[in-house]
Amino acid sequence: MSWDFFVKLPVPVGEIGGGMAHAIIGTVKLLFVAVFIGFPVGLMGGIYLSEFGRRPSSAGRPSSDEQGRFAYCVRYASDILNGIPSIVVGIFVYIVVVLPMKHFSTLAGGIALGIIMIPIVLKGTEEFLKLVPSTLREAGLALGMPEWKVILTIVVPTAFPGVMTSTMLAIARVSGETAPLLFTSFGNRYFSSGWMEPTASLPAMIYTYSISPYPDWKRQAWAGGTVLLALVFLTNILSRSFLHRKKMGYR
Amino acid sequence: MKSVLEVKNLSAFFGTNPVLKGVSLSVTAEQVTAIIGPSGCGKSTFLRCVNRMHEVVHGAIVTGDVLLNGESVYGKDVDPVLIRRRVGMVFQKPTPFPTMSIYNNVAVGLRLNGLKKQAVLDEQVEGSLRKVALWDEVKDRLSQPGMSLSGGQQQRLCIARALAVNPEVLLLDEPTSALDPMSSGKIEELLRELKKNYTIVIVTHNMQQAARISDTTGFFLTGELIEFDATKKIFTTPQDARTEDYITGRFG
Repeated sequence: MSWDFFVKLPVPVGEIGGGMAHAIIGTVKLLFVAVFIGFPVGLMGGIYLSEFGRRPSSAGRPSSDEQGRFAYCVRYASDILNGIPSIVVGIFVYIVVVLPMKHFSTLAGGIALGIIMIPIVLKGTEEFLKLVPSTLREAGLALGMPEWKVILTIVVPTAFPGVMTSTMLAIARVSGETAPLLFTSFGNRYFSSGWMEPTASLPAMIYTYSISPYPDWKRQAWAGGTVLLALVFLTNILSRSFLHRKKMGYR
Repeated sequence: MKSVLEVKNLSAFFGTNPVLKGVSLSVTAEQVTAIIGPSGCGKSTFLRCVNRMHEVVHGAIVTGDVLLNGESVYGKDVDPVLIRRRVGMVFQKPTPFPTMSIYNNVAVGLRLNGLKKQAVLDEQVEGSLRKVALWDEVKDRLSQPGMSLSGGQQQRLCIARALAVNPEVLLLDEPTSALDPMSSGKIEELLRELKKNYTIVIVTHNMQQAARISDTTGFFLTGELIEFDATKKIFTTPQDARTEDYITGRFG
């Protein structure tokens, strides 16, 4: 692996060298769109299920056996979505986004990844919100806070590191997805400009290169894998240091 | 003597299960009123009915009425959120908000009431922390998390948080039962000081504590108010045999 790998485009078969710069950028762009969709939907769904989807039981704590019909549907849908093979999500996005637009795009790829993220973020958010002790909620209510304010200023911030962790988990999970991208962002030999063009992505590149018969491409596929891992690792570290700073510096 | 709380024939249920049966009493201003009784006798429920926290729980029902300075707490168009701002409450376990600094834990109630000016906030926060004798211990680290304090300090922080908005009555639900004797002693001392300006109702398991700090004591048993009188009378010449049995330790 050399510096070229990060900054150069692929070269034609037979030539040595070249890189995956376009795929690295492409993956980052795809993940950006995915987080933009998966995080807010998952967060709001999780808040709904944990805070409103259940009637509090006799101890003041929410219990999962007493729940509204809509909450039941949301939870059930989320569980099913979690179990759907990612390639099916790819086909779904192909039909509802790619076909009407008549071409593959970064946007479509990001939407597919975002949909895969939703149930992971949602479940994580719900679980971490449930861990916030009910005494804290009561303390907020007893202070005369409206319920929505208790949730926004006390419950969610208390659970936020956990919510962030589950989001990171979801990012790590979708950053390796290849199947849904074949139908949505497709691939590209060059940098894609904007959000409406097909784009290369690391997983798709790794896939193409690793099944190729050329030793140099195979080497590059390994390199691509390493970069992908490093990328996920980096996102984790960045978000953690951000959270840490935020924790220390408030007043 | 002015009465701040007037409780009239108050009953509370979880579903069909009664936990409080027709309690009537009145709480005198600038006094400490203690509520004693064995576990499960409705002491905490009684407190939670006063600031409408009882109904937060699903299936909880309240009948009867509570007058807070002459105003019905259970009136038709009374907003429970606004009632809770007029009544301070401190729980058994210290509950500082974990994501907030010491400063913000006290300021949060003030901000809730629309106070925005930094200078006024600073002044009020300092005042509240001084009232609970915490100011000198935390003045150099106001921006640290409220959770960084010891248990006793956390509980005093919670009292400061409740006092910051100048409540008409302060409800304490076993505030010292999770604390060591030293911290408990400090809080008792504090309550004696606070009653000069505030009306306090305290639920306690500790009868010595009730005897030490309260002016009036109510004894609850299985949801009924058995006896309600001056603390001295309750502890020396109780009228009811059950009260006598309880305070002499024959049961409960």
